[in-house]
Amino acid sequence: MLGSMLEEFQRMNKRQFFYQVLSFGMIVSSALMIWKGLMVVTGSESPIVVVLSGSMEPAFHRGDLLFLTNPTDEPIRVGEIVVFKIEGRDIPIVHRVLKVHEKGNGTTKFLTKGDNNRVDDRGLYAPGQLWLTPRDVVGRAKGFLPYVGMVTIMMNEYPKLKYAVLACLGLYVLIHRE
Amino acid sequence: MHTFLTRGNALLTFTLSVLAGLTFFCFLSTALNAYSATANIDTVKVLVKNVPDYSAQKEKQDLGYLMFDLQADLNPLFNWNAKQLFIFLVAEYETTDNKLNQVVLWDKIIQRGENANLDMKNMNTNYYFWDDGNGLRGNPNVTLTLSWNVVPNAGTLSIIRGSGSHSFSFPNEYTNVRAQ
Repeated sequence: MLGSMLEEFQRMNKRQFFYQVLSFGMIVSSALMIWKGLMVVTGSESPIVVVLSGSMEPAFHRGDLLFLTNPTDEPIRVGEIVVFKIEGRDIPIVHRVLKVHEKGNGTTKFLTKGDNNRVDDRGLYAPGQLWLTPRDVVGRAKGFLPYVGMVTIMMNEYPKLKYAVLACLGLYVLIHRE
Repeated sequence: MHTFLTRGNALLTFTLSVLAGLTFFCFLSTALNAYSATANIDTVKVLVKNVPDYSAQKEKQDLGYLMFDLQADLNPLFNWNAKQLFIFLVAEYETTDNKLNQVVLWDKIIQRGENANLDMKNMNTNYYFWDDGNGLRGNPNVTLTLSWNVVPNAGTLSIIRGSGSHSFSFPNEYTNVRAQ
């Protein structure tokens, strides 16, 4: 099978080769456009996140997918599931809002806690930080899809798998005629 | 070997498409549900103290203490797409420092299949009722409401506030820390 694929590859002329590369580029840029479009529509810098820890079990398990929106004009209220980042750290955390204190001028501060944790998140915040503000929020969870994010987690934990999948995909797109 | 791969590919694609379609149907089937219910809440004992909150600033802040009764039938909220209900009791009030304060006092997770007809008396809160400041003493209007977050098998997460609330006021005097 591999032999016949290589023969086909050698038979392709330059034009077909460039055509294949162009198709590949189209696929990649369409995916990028959809992602950026989602970012604009939802207002969130990361409209789809994968749950990484078990701190929200039994609602969300590791590997579930969450769809986020970030309407900055809607105030943060208790009970909402927010995805936030601590300043200086990359990893987004998905927890629920436990307390909200809002002043008359709109400045809001809130405290979060994971459903499966015994204590609130003050231990997770930056040293000296007691509250979160709307600036730390990446988005609020509005939709949920189970298990689908496991693929992302496996690719992150076994980088060789990621390279293998990408290599196979690239090879297939370049060689296949359609 | 060529046909084996093609067949495997076709089977896999078909399975994934069917699963995706089923998931989408699951989401659509309950997308418009209202999930509304009524809750009866009552407070049994209400105190306010003024002590330093060592988990936050070191100054003294108001600490409310209350016990509550709760009765609500949430069984009608469950359907094939409702995996669990996250129920939480919120105290909402206004102080001179902050226009809006919301504090979760108690929460519970009920999964599909468990009994969701709540009837509880003299319940203690799960969390401390700290105010951000000293606005609880003599506060005339603190409202308790019950809300729930419906977590689906697949679909939208909705947070619904139950109808039925209870308002109470805190006493004008602090209770001595040692008395209970």
